[in-house]
Amino acid sequence: MAHTEQEILDGLGEIIDEIAGVSASEVTPEKSFVDDLDIDSLSMVEIAVAAQDKFGVEIPDDQLKDLKTVQDVINFIQK
Amino acid sequence: MNLLPAAAGARVIALGEYQPANVVTNDDLAERVETSDEWIQSRVGIKERRIAGPDDSVVSMGAAAGGKALAASGLAPADIDLVIVATCTLVDQIPNAAARVSARLGIEAPGAFDVNAACAGFCYGLGLAADSVRAGSAHNVLVIGSEKLSDWLDWEDRSTCVIFADGAGAAVVTAAETPGIGPVVWGSSGDRADKIYLRDDKYLYQEGQAVFRWATTELNAVAAEALRRAGVEPEQLTAFVPHQANLRIVEAIARKLGAPQAIIARDIVTAGNTSSASVPLALSRMSGRGELPSGSLVLTMGFGAGLTYSAQVLEIP
Repeated sequence: MAHTEQEILDGLGEIIDEIAGVSASEVTPEKSFVDDLDIDSLSMVEIAVAAQDKFGVEIPDDQLKDLKTVQDVINFIQK
Repeated sequence: MNLLPAAAGARVIALGEYQPANVVTNDDLAERVETSDEWIQSRVGIKERRIAGPDDSVVSMGAAAGGKALAASGLAPADIDLVIVATCTLVDQIPNAAARVSARLGIEAPGAFDVNAACAGFCYGLGLAADSVRAGSAHNVLVIGSEKLSDWLDWEDRSTCVIFADGAGAAVVTAAETPGIGPVVWGSSGDRADKIYLRDDKYLYQEGQAVFRWATTELNAVAAEALRRAGVEPEQLTAFVPHQANLRIVEAIARKLGAPQAIIARDIVTAGNTSSASVPLALSRMSGRGELPSGSLVLTMGFGAGLTYSAQVLEIP
């Protein structure tokens, strides 16, 4: 099942709000997880696991480290 | 061939603990490696930990914790016929720690062996103790978790030296008419042995993200199975005492446990990650503070290198 970019963005916003306490409205494609949203490596794992449950796409740890921005995650899930 | 008469059940009748006197704060560590109190607290939840002094060893700490549990049990050393020490940090592997601990406590001629299931070791040992009592191969068992992680740390590696610590905890297990220790759920995943191991055969190393993902996604099923086998509902738990690996792992597992009323062990905040000692240390300290009334049900779960895991429900003495 393919997801639109907007669906993924909205879904990530909800996940990041719940896990990291960052308001979903802050979660926009150009934002960097570390520099803009202050999300650390363990929260990234939680976000990846939640994204897998939601979108059915596994994000392994060795690829997770290359996903720097919200757009990177959107692209990975859409790929 | 005859079998020994089996006991109806086994239960924990006493707990004990030992921590080295030497307190090491996050600020102390920040003087040695590039880290900070804020970073350590937010990533692993530790404020301070205890590090062994020159007179503290796996054997001495284990004997100290075991001696306290034995004294609290009201049993005499001669009553103990099996001593199990869970440890993965014994530098001098021969002879084992259990025989040396027994000698220090004046326990003569018990069965004595060590268990290495890394951070899951105490819960494995508790399962072995309960099964030994039920089968009749022992009557009173002293189970100890004792670890000196500081012997296996690279004090230049800020990803590990801020997490691990030293200490010991112990329990006395004996036969009972009604079971006070539920069936153990244990297992392992040796295909992921490379996630936590000794780097260069001397420094503890772990892939933090991989361990975090495993612990927060796969261990709730182990906890649920331990509850199911014991016939205990999550709502009946007074406390959840998992291995004190990382406060964020503890809290992530606890959130999905379905036991909002349960006290969650957060012993790591002041004790650090003491591997197989963390569960009995937390149990003993929480019990000592009056947080675990007699008869209350607690879910314990260990997990760590191997990967190994083990869980069971127990009733507080």
